Amino acid sequence: MIVEILISVGLVISGIFGIVGSFGLIKLPDPMMRLHAPTKATTLGVGGALIASMLYFGLVEGHLSFHELMITVFLFLTAPVTGHFIAKTHIHRNETPDTLPPTGTSRPWASFDHPENEPAAKS
Amino acid sequence: MLRKLLPHPLLTLTLIVVWQMLVNKLTPGNLLLGLILGLTIPFVTAAYWPNRARLRNPVGIVAYVCIVIWDIIVANIEVAYIILFKSNANTHPAWITIPLELRTPEAITVLAGTITLTPGTVSSDLSGDGGALLVHCLDAPDPDAVRDQIKDRYERRLKEIFE
Repeated sequence: MIVEILISVGLVISGIFGIVGSFGLIKLPDPMMRLHAPTKATTLGVGGALIASMLYFGLVEGHLSFHELMITVFLFLTAPVTGHFIAKTHIHRNETPDTLPPTGTSRPWASFDHPENEPAAKS
Repeated sequence: MLRKLLPHPLLTLTLIVVWQMLVNKLTPGNLLLGLILGLTIPFVTAAYWPNRARLRNPVGIVAYVCIVIWDIIVANIEVAYIILFKSNANTHPAWITIPLELRTPEAITVLAGTITLTPGTVSSDLSGDGGALLVHCLDAPDPDAVRDQIKDRYERRLKEIFE
């Protein structure tokens, strides 16, 4: 009974965050802000469903399952890469060095850095 | 000799454990297959790992992971609140420059990944010399506070782990 409640809570949490993330995609006004909405769906949204699945297989079916753990690890490794790609694309298409804050170092942001700025290679 | 046959002991151990979790059944046969994979893959790919990451404080990783998971939960609720209840006119998105003290590429990668995983912040670019990180913030009325929080909460701990 308690197990069933816990599993249901996990599923409901994942559903709520999934739908809030999708709603954010519609509601937020510009591409960079929209990028923030799906990060929620990939963390707590999927996380809730995976915890529920682990509880179900561990406590109801009676054999421990590690697949959910692996899904979490692979998701956490790949999600930042896609986020970074989308952000990079946005910078290349819509931003100039003037619309971004200064780097505070001697070189510009990598998206606007050209090979000729490279310090001469030491031979 | 041993170093040549076992170039990356930590990778070997990780591969064996990951294989056991993927097959989900601990039998001698699976353990043997995992062992073969764990020994072959680091041996074959050793040429591509000229400098491997050095972990100065592996115990710190556990604490770091716990903090990140907690922050992900808290930040999720905050972003959900922003999406559901704050009008678009009231949210203040901002680009933030984070000057980096970390120097190893592995540490910077982990920091950038952490920033993207916690909802509300996405790491977007690195300066040409790797000395600063560009972060986009969904709602940051006070950009300096966000910068200080990331530096103090994540970068300081990563510095202890990696450097």
